[in-house]
Amino acid sequence: MSALGPYTVFITTSYGLVAIVVAGLIAAIVLDYRRQQAELRRLEASGVTRRSGKTSSEPS
Amino acid sequence: MFLARLANPSRFLAFTARVLPWLAAATALMLAIGLYQSWTAPDDYQQGATVKIMFIHVPNAWLSMFVWMVMSVSALGTLVWKHPLADVAAKAAAPIGASFTFLALATGSLWGRPMWGTYWQWDARLTSVLILFLMYLSLIALWRAVEDPSRAARAAAVLTLVGAINIPIIKFSVEWWNTLHQGESVFRMGGPTLDRAFLIPLFTMAIGFTLLFVTLHLAAMRNEILRRRVRTLQMMQADGRSS
Repeated sequence: MSALGPYTVFITTSYGLVAIVVAGLIAAIVLDYRRQQAELRRLEASGVTRRSGKTSSEPS
Repeated sequence: MFLARLANPSRFLAFTARVLPWLAAATALMLAIGLYQSWTAPDDYQQGATVKIMFIHVPNAWLSMFVWMVMSVSALGTLVWKHPLADVAAKAAAPIGASFTFLALATGSLWGRPMWGTYWQWDARLTSVLILFLMYLSLIALWRAVEDPSRAARAAAVLTLVGAINIPIIKFSVEWWNTLHQGESVFRMGGPTLDRAFLIPLFTMAIGFTLLFVTLHLAAMRNEILRRRVRTLQMMQADGRSS
């Protein structure tokens, strides 16, 4: 870390900030996917289906 | 032809299920190589070790503009070609673009303090990128404010195309005005002014972040399609209860 000299704080804060924001984006997208999947399954289990009659797990 | 085939949301979901694991792996690999190259790159003779901030600042700055261009093409897809996934693509890209723009501003600011002696300067480049960030936030707010996705899509498409005027302003701001921000040093007439020792990690990180965008964008589009299916089923359920 001392190799970064007097700029250590600026450099590590920059990389840390990028890591936090990217991890946050990934987590938000993964959690959103799970939420939508769970809601689709709940609706289908309650008897509501698409007009095509296919479930969320069927491709087309 | 390929885009026309993917116009079917179900086909698009099957496509994302196939490609997302490969894209995620390629992204992780490129970013790992890029990080290694960035941390082992030599210090710059003027910037010292702060040149390492450039390896994350520049790709994020490029992507902040690239994502808006993707959204602008999607806006045309909504208004002109009526592609069924165009507004899905635009809506899914906005939070990712906003994040890249925030990171470009924040890392630029953290580089500016030791190099320029200030975190912020109201010069043309910094101000136009701040405006881009605010435009991303307004688009996200617009999509949240209008409940009907198709109505929100048309309004958002117009706002996106108007906002696209800012992209050339950002790009050429360092040439049109006298700015504290340095001029173009990579994509310029006569070739880059950077040494290979800096260009290689910069391009590796740029490819890594671009792959990250493609991966997150496809995943967010998949989520948006599922959200619309949920909305449709909820409306059908509500109709069934009321009749």
